[in-house]
Amino acid sequence: MLNVASPLINGLKITLQHLFKKPVTLQYPTERPVVGPRFRGLHALNRFHDRSKCVACYLCPTVCPAKCITVEAAEDPITHEKYASRYDIDILRCIFCGYCVEACPVDAVKMTENFELANYKREDFAYTQEMLTDKK
Amino acid sequence: MEYEILGLPVWYYIAMVAKVLVVFVWVLLTVAYATYAERKIIGHMQVRLGPMRTGWHGLLQPIADGLKLFFKEEIIPAEASTFAFLVAPLIALVPAFISFAVIPFGSTITVGGYKIPLQIAAFADKSGGVVDVNVGVLYILALSSLGVYGIVLAGWSSNSKYSLLGGLRASAQMISYELAAGLSLITVFMVSGSLSLQTIVADQAAFGWYAWRNPFLFAAFIIFFICSLAEINRTPFDLPEAETELVSGFCTEYSSMKYAMFFMAEYANMITVCAITVTLFLGGWHGPFTDAMPLLSPFYFIAKVYTLIFTCMWIRATYPRYRYDQLMGLGWKFFLPITLVLIVGNAFWINVIGAGNWLGGLFA
Repeated sequence: MLNVASPLINGLKITLQHLFKKPVTLQYPTERPVVGPRFRGLHALNRFHDRSKCVACYLCPTVCPAKCITVEAAEDPITHEKYASRYDIDILRCIFCGYCVEACPVDAVKMTENFELANYKREDFAYTQEMLTDKK
Repeated sequence: MEYEILGLPVWYYIAMVAKVLVVFVWVLLTVAYATYAERKIIGHMQVRLGPMRTGWHGLLQPIADGLKLFFKEEIIPAEASTFAFLVAPLIALVPAFISFAVIPFGSTITVGGYKIPLQIAAFADKSGGVVDVNVGVLYILALSSLGVYGIVLAGWSSNSKYSLLGGLRASAQMISYELAAGLSLITVFMVSGSLSLQTIVADQAAFGWYAWRNPFLFAAFIIFFICSLAEINRTPFDLPEAETELVSGFCTEYSSMKYAMFFMAEYANMITVCAITVTLFLGGWHGPFTDAMPLLSPFYFIAKVYTLIFTCMWIRATYPRYRYDQLMGLGWKFFLPITLVLIVGNAFWINVIGAGNWLGGLFA
């Protein structure tokens, strides 16, 4: 005879066992998640003396699949070094793939563990060089 | 007994009002906290936490929900049939609550020399005998059938296709499962020989619970409980409000307190059904030491009802929803014939072996 009851009882058994397991829920704002070691959060520019390390080689805007990075190059009048006069990331377009970090030849751009990027205005998502560069 | 009003002692009126208040408040509180318990239990069964923020471990969540629904905007669709739309939640809610009038939630206690049977529609006459509604089960069956009118009216008066389908499903489902539930109750009457719930509980207290009397009664107990779940539209039989197909079924167009009324009716129905099952099959308020200490009996009753309510939630956390044709097939082709067989088998058992406890008082 086809056994009707035992799968039903097995199902009940499984849910009862789960009742006594430790819940996996993270109480988010009070409990913080532990992010992975190579987590890709908001970008940051490494600093070298008084400005960011970026040499405006245009590799990151070239490799960026979302085309969210805008770089403009300039020349330092004293040292004649090439540097980025503008380094903007439109974070609303960014897909956090990390290609810019991989492409960078001078280790200027990196990604932080900050994933809380919510904001009230659309303009607030356009990150500029000043906002991205590590503070001293 | 110096003062009498309309031939009844003053104690009668005091006891009546007290019983009504206690039972009504208990049902309302249980309804409120059943929603909380359901979210917590199902949450933990799915390895989640359930409500945690409102109060300690979310204990104030039902109150917050009630307040929120109370202050929500009341929307009546322009195309709705206004009167039926307004009355439907009441028709759903009231029968769910007044079924409790005949359910004995305790044995007879004595206060100041006056015997008070712990059942709303009962009193002790001058000779000390307990008088209650002698067709209590019939009354419950009648009221549980009335509840579906609220759902059907809600579905029809909303003038929306999802609501209408929900209402239609509810009525079809109620009719199909009421048959099997009613037939499984007949096995109980065959043993008890009475429709009075006082008599039924007293018989169980004296000779053992009906669920363990014989295998046919045990099967009737299981089938009655499953059919009751179907009658009150709980998972896995909650087709009238299937979100995946019918948005929210009959209460799609309802908002604010009117939605809350349907919600309360659903939970009050669950409590009523569990209380009926306890009274008819699991000995009602009967438990160890209830003869010596009648005050213990309400606690046994509440514990049994809460156990069954937990089972309802457990079932909800476990099984997916039935498909509509499978639901109808289960009711008409499986439960209905089986209950007919149970009635015949029970009749044979009573005549051949007797109506007593077949396990020899093991679970008395």
